[in-house]
Amino acid sequence: MIRVELPFHLRRLAQVETEVQLEVAPPITQRSVLDALEDKYPMLRGTIRDHVTLKRRAFLRFFACQQDLSHEPPDAPLPEPVTTGAEPYLIIGAIAGG
Amino acid sequence: MSKVRVLVGTRKGAFILTSDGKRQNWDVSGPFFTGWEIYHLKGSPVDPNRIYASQTSGWFGQVIQRSNDGGKTWEQPGTAPGEPTKTPEGFPKGESNKFVYDTSPETGKPITTHMWYDGTAHPWEFKRVWHIEPSLTDPDTAYAGVEDAALFRTADGGKTWQELPGLRGHGTGSQWQPGAGGMGLHTILLDPKNPARIFVAISAAGTFRSEDHGKTWKPINRGLKSQFMPDPNAEVGHCVHRIALHPSKPDTLFMQKHWDVMRSDDAGANWYEVSGNLPTDFGFPIDVHAHEPNTIYVVPIKSDSEHFPLDGKLRVYRSRSGGNEWEPLTKGLPQKDCYVNVLRDAMAVDSMDSCGIYFGTTGGQVYFSPDAGDNWTPIVRDLPAVLSVEVQTLK
Repeated sequence: MIRVELPFHLRRLAQVETEVQLEVAPPITQRSVLDALEDKYPMLRGTIRDHVTLKRRAFLRFFACQQDLSHEPPDAPLPEPVTTGAEPYLIIGAIAGG
Repeated sequence: MSKVRVLVGTRKGAFILTSDGKRQNWDVSGPFFTGWEIYHLKGSPVDPNRIYASQTSGWFGQVIQRSNDGGKTWEQPGTAPGEPTKTPEGFPKGESNKFVYDTSPETGKPITTHMWYDGTAHPWEFKRVWHIEPSLTDPDTAYAGVEDAALFRTADGGKTWQELPGLRGHGTGSQWQPGAGGMGLHTILLDPKNPARIFVAISAAGTFRSEDHGKTWKPINRGLKSQFMPDPNAEVGHCVHRIALHPSKPDTLFMQKHWDVMRSDDAGANWYEVSGNLPTDFGFPIDVHAHEPNTIYVVPIKSDSEHFPLDGKLRVYRSRSGGNEWEPLTKGLPQKDCYVNVLRDAMAVDSMDSCGIYFGTTGGQVYFSPDAGDNWTPIVRDLPAVLSVEVQTLK
């Protein structure tokens, strides 16, 4: 079970209260997790990654296990604690402005 | 008993203001979509309870929302949580937010760049939907004007959107460039007497007309003069802020340009200036009285560099002669220390017997006049900055 934490506005869009839990087949990568997230919550398509290029939207960051994964290759394996569900995969809105 | 519903888009959510036909007591509902910029909401003229909304964010991109009950509840068209991710026909859901430019040689033109502020070529990038214009005849059909400028259409209630690529591809698209607020297609006018005719306006490209339901387009900017351009009379490049028409006289168009208030009596083929005695002819909105096709309204602001009313006095100007002769309307509006702006989509009229005029400000007020502009009162004073105002007159 993969745990994903969404920012406030995306939780509202997806109509979820807390973190999201996903079944993801190996390999567990940022791409496979985001694919599974958008498959379960299709209203999030386009809000995290561009619809066509699937590139991360510029003002979002991806963190896990105290690491910034925003610029890691999308097919790189995620840290082991994320794959076991011990740690969540965090989608964060970059802090900008007031 | 008639009823009026005012749809207000703001920097931090949407609000709906409702009143009975007397328009004395108002209920305020919202905020909806809190924290998001709501560029525009508009109801279908065929089914007024069908309302489309453009919800947008620099962080999370574009979301289209739809209500089927007059704004009480909302959904992203075609997508509900927990449901299968494909329709029974096999089409993917989650497509209602997807605005992808058509670059196929078959349907459009492989146009990929427009002009940037410095005159260099810049890739076309979708940013947001500025304006949604529901069809006059079908509640499932609507048009979306987007930034970077293009026109999209849905025929399935907003579940999917397809570009009408003939607009960008008609020939001048590569010369369009953004205005200070971006390169947005902000005005879409559907001709009630000629269903094949559509007008659109783009900052800073100009005005365009289609005579075949949006398939092909041509620029209609003859008579516009813009001193910031190398050729002030160029075919495109004009920063048109807003155009408006009266349904009974759709060949007559009124325009608030970057500077100048303009008029055309031949469906945009030729324009002439009607700024007349306005104290300044810079502004954003322009609208037409519901029952008097020659009565028009603008809100002049000081200049392109100072987006606030002259002398701190918020004044709507009305012309009952279709331009040139203007009178200030001040009763009930702040006449000192007022430095708000009124954005291009933030003025609308109702169609009650005594025409109501509405506008929202960047200071969060929505002002209303029940008597065509003679007297004004704020319905609300403290909303977030208002981006758009639309009015539905419900029977």
